[in-house]
Amino acid sequence: MSNERCDIAIVGAGPAGMSAAIVAARLGASVVVLDEQRGAGGQIYRAITDAPARRVDLLGPDYAAGRSLADAFAASGARHLTNAAVWQVTPEGAVHYLRDGATSTLQAGRVVLCSGAMERPFPIPGWTLPGVLTAGAAQILLKSADVVPAEPVVLAGCGPLLYLLGWQYVRAGVPIRALVDTTSMEDYRRALSHLGGALAGWRYLKKGLSLMRVLKRAGVPFHTGAENLAAEGDDGVEALRFTAGGKAHRIETSTLLLHHGVVPNTQFTWSLRAGHTWDDAQLCWRPEADAWGALDVPGIHVAGDGLGIGGALAAAQQGELAALGAMHGLGRITTAERDKLAEPLRAALREHLRIRPFLDALYRPKKANRIPADDVIVCRCEEVAAGAIRHFVALGCDGPNQAKAFGRCGMGPCQGRQCGLTVTELIADARGVTPAEVGYYRIRPPIKPISLGELAGAE
Amino acid sequence: MPTNVRFRSLVPADASPRGEPMVNLFFDGRGLQAPAGCSVAAALLANGVSTFRTTPVSGAPRAPYCMMGACFDCLVDIDGQPNRQSCLVAVAEGMQVKTQAGLRSFDGADAVIAEEAAHVE
Repeated sequence: MSNERCDIAIVGAGPAGMSAAIVAARLGASVVVLDEQRGAGGQIYRAITDAPARRVDLLGPDYAAGRSLADAFAASGARHLTNAAVWQVTPEGAVHYLRDGATSTLQAGRVVLCSGAMERPFPIPGWTLPGVLTAGAAQILLKSADVVPAEPVVLAGCGPLLYLLGWQYVRAGVPIRALVDTTSMEDYRRALSHLGGALAGWRYLKKGLSLMRVLKRAGVPFHTGAENLAAEGDDGVEALRFTAGGKAHRIETSTLLLHHGVVPNTQFTWSLRAGHTWDDAQLCWRPEADAWGALDVPGIHVAGDGLGIGGALAAAQQGELAALGAMHGLGRITTAERDKLAEPLRAALREHLRIRPFLDALYRPKKANRIPADDVIVCRCEEVAAGAIRHFVALGCDGPNQAKAFGRCGMGPCQGRQCGLTVTELIADARGVTPAEVGYYRIRPPIKPISLGELAGAE
Repeated sequence: MPTNVRFRSLVPADASPRGEPMVNLFFDGRGLQAPAGCSVAAALLANGVSTFRTTPVSGAPRAPYCMMGACFDCLVDIDGQPNRQSCLVAVAEGMQVKTQAGLRSFDGADAVIAEEAAHVE
């Protein structure tokens, strides 16, 4: 086991992590970036460093934009530990990670957590069947391995990623059997009250509309206002059932891709016992952080989508701000230097975030797709259904941690990543209280699987 | 081995996407090919593998859901080590991948304990 020291350790090599590393290294810090993948980019720019030109072109300009950031990161002087699974970050700044079957520890002066976002759970009947994946998963297959659905695919849910993936599939010649959109007229009405922000963020809006135009021109069948979604099949998905426009539909498919937004990956911040706030607009937990992404755990910062969903461009600005905050905390730059460098970053960040209230309102995930009916599996690992959790509540279960004791919910290998938000909202709904009152699972390290042998190898 | 070809590669089988060599690996004894650098999960999906594991609770079939290390539905046995997240492991020449049925096997641990018992005697 090695024991290394550095000024700043950054967990995650997506836009936030790469940007933080570039700034900190430029200001003279020794920087180590740890990431689970074999190359920089995170999920948004996945495999950007070795993607062939043909694939970059297919994925579009927003993906291609990651190339210059990855190049700047590679030239920054920051040390990049690829294939490194960080399984614990301590409040004292020790970063424990697993790489090539060996456990090591990195002691950092400051830690910047850039672990990004993950898909919001989409608990509908049949969502555990082989062939049902998230849209993000399908996009990773395309970005990292040129792998696409072999037969006509159904995309269901709502949000920019779903339409972007559809656009990419059209360009790749992948047939789309249907786009089943859960967005309703009510969503459009609610979003209109945020139109001012959307107009200010018109570039995003224009981009979104042009994606939809390409999908419609390609003849992709659209169903809007879809409800009562259910995946059917025995050993794998065979069809999607739903209702739309007062009619029941059944569309056969061997691949169903679900998406209704992404949420912050909060495993690290919860495991550090940082304070979190329930965000009613984005329907997720956000770690409580100051303007530099600093948590209430001294020396630990968060940047990017892990703070709340803002997208890749906002994440890059937040990464730079966190780096400035961390360097200031280490006494390496003065307050005046920090604030001067931060000024243009804050202006850019405000611009990038301006569209968010509109997007959050328009693509607010439907309650029925977040808090499902009794027979729907909520905890995929332990196969605990919503009805069982409602029954726990009736027996006096007040929150997610008690739900574990009642029925192993959240105790499988994913450590609540796939059920945590659903369980919080489900219990809050059943008790008639707010999600903030119900709270979240108590997340404990190791937050990545590590064998006893690997742990025993550590000193 | 249940298969249902849900995914395909955009690149012809004889041309690796990155110009990298193709790697030979095995899934439940069947020989597969995948481009070097590709994840085990992507390699299995592109080769028509539809069930990666069965659950410990009900024995239900599962396959990758998130492809980014968050859902743990892609767990398989790789070179004798169970519970590996196949979406996070790159393919390697001669790799032996096996379906993980139900709970991970404790055969290995039992063997060690039996060996120690033999020493005591």
